[in-house]
Amino acid sequence: MKSNNGSPVLIKKHHLEDWIGRIYTTFCVSLLVIIIVSMMYFVASKGLTTFIKDGVNVGDFLFGTKWDPNGDNPVFGALPFIAGSFATSLLAALIASPLSICAALFMNEIVPSWGKRLLQPVIELLAGIPSVVYGFVGLSVIVPLFRDIFPGQGIGIAAGALVLSVMILPTITSIASDALSSLPKGLKESSYALGATRWQTIYSVILPTVMPSLLTGVVLGMARAFGEALAVQMVIGNAPHVPRSLFESASTLTSVITLNMGNTVMGSVQNNALWSMALALMVMTFIFVIVVRLLERRHRL
Amino acid sequence: MKLKKPALLMGTLALVLALSACGNNGENKGASNSTDTNKALTGSLLAVGSTALQPLVEQVGQKFMADSKYAGVQVQVQGGGSGTGLTQVSGGQADIGNSDVFAEEKLKDADADKAKELIDHQVAVVAMSIVSNKDTGVDTLTKQQMVDIFTGKVTNWNEVGGIDEKIVIVNRPSSSGTRSTFEKYALGTKVEDMAGAIQEESSGTVRKIVGETPGAIGYLAFSYLDDSITSIKYDGVEAKVENVITGEYPVWAYEHMYTKGEPNEVVKAFLDYMVSDEIQNGDVVELGYIPASQMQVTRDVDGNVTKK
Repeated sequence: MKSNNGSPVLIKKHHLEDWIGRIYTTFCVSLLVIIIVSMMYFVASKGLTTFIKDGVNVGDFLFGTKWDPNGDNPVFGALPFIAGSFATSLLAALIASPLSICAALFMNEIVPSWGKRLLQPVIELLAGIPSVVYGFVGLSVIVPLFRDIFPGQGIGIAAGALVLSVMILPTITSIASDALSSLPKGLKESSYALGATRWQTIYSVILPTVMPSLLTGVVLGMARAFGEALAVQMVIGNAPHVPRSLFESASTLTSVITLNMGNTVMGSVQNNALWSMALALMVMTFIFVIVVRLLERRHRL
Repeated sequence: MKLKKPALLMGTLALVLALSACGNNGENKGASNSTDTNKALTGSLLAVGSTALQPLVEQVGQKFMADSKYAGVQVQVQGGGSGTGLTQVSGGQADIGNSDVFAEEKLKDADADKAKELIDHQVAVVAMSIVSNKDTGVDTLTKQQMVDIFTGKVTNWNEVGGIDEKIVIVNRPSSSGTRSTFEKYALGTKVEDMAGAIQEESSGTVRKIVGETPGAIGYLAFSYLDDSITSIKYDGVEAKVENVITGEYPVWAYEHMYTKGEPNEVVKAFLDYMVSDEIQNGDVVELGYIPASQMQVTRDVDGNVTKK
């Protein structure tokens, strides 16, 4: 390629590279957008059929406590599942948040020398264990334990929440740990310079500063707990009723979908009702994402 | 670096193309092999559906492909549940839809026409036993007692002649084929889900929970029975293969392989292979099913039993 003889080459090599790169990345981005939009469209169109074509009342669906799709008079009340999903993920976040925030503080503030070296691999391992393993351990260890200690059969929201809390530990811990390690050094040092002890520094300087990030971690952990299906399904019992105690068989949105989706025929009312629940799950995920965005915005200010 | 970039680019493009090609394949499968039914059987067939029937179809599929006569045939087996199987076979995405229940039971109302297009091939029989935890002290239940248990009228084992222990019901999801068989032939009525009852899809999990939970009752296919649980007699009839064959023990169902219209040559060869004596007396028995050919009674979709 001659470049310095008066008539310049029309397209130079680095321009070509730029263009190829641009086209390729644009293609990737649009593919992503198309996938997300089409999934949303698909789930929404399926999920809304229940209300539009099959004539199920939205209010009855969201607040009805009776789920009997195969009876002579099919009833589609999804409240037991919605309540179960919220109860398990809230409880899981309640159990996991203090643990993971303390673990992150330990790693970054209290013993940064070997704490991080020890805990980082442990947390990565926790994140890598497949959910079916968590479920099986829950069914073999936690359920019999609860059965012996508490009244009931051991299965239920408590067992589900405990299994989930272990599953979301890594999510919350790693986000909290990232936030702590990205804290400007000056903040901590000036607090120490003022004579504050380590506890005072953590309590009144570090925690308030990273609070939005910690909450982001908790919300993302809850989102993961909300969407987890397999492990919960194995230990929660799956009775389509709002339970009277934490140790009574209950269901979540994800567990009822995975249990019934394969057995129902596409296009039947029951199948559409399952899609409506999938839509509810997706809406919840969006709400979680919006909450995270709001928290991040507050963090930036 | 200069070399890597285009390579990466080409790689990704190839992947995308391959993926989209996959999608197309799946959709056209039904159409493509119904056209190329030529002399030495070649082609592929896809059987989708019931997870209860899947192990049998998979094993027979392997044998079928290993047979030199059918070397050109590719058999693919997928699970997904009876509903999925029936949906896909009537939609043409699959050649065979495996189902635990009659198609008429799943494809109702608006879909009833679809069920009429499907042709039933009954390849095996699965029988179920009522099982309980070993501590209950009960080894036989009448039909009425079971209805009372599963509708919540009876909540303690001492009301049916056992020890003083609360009854824990381990049921299946309301859409499950196993459950509808149980309700239809053991209880004779549909039951609502009881509050506090456990529901599990997989037979292995049901066995584990029934075996470990004091006072638990559930139902399992014969192939899952073992020492960790008690098999309960139904109206005094023991849950045994011989009693199923003679029609004395009523809790059983056909395993169906549905085709849309008459099967093409490839599919027909596979279905014939499936009901051949070699398979029926070999693999079917080995995997804990009962050969459909051995049954001394037949049953239609409405549950009417007739002697052969």
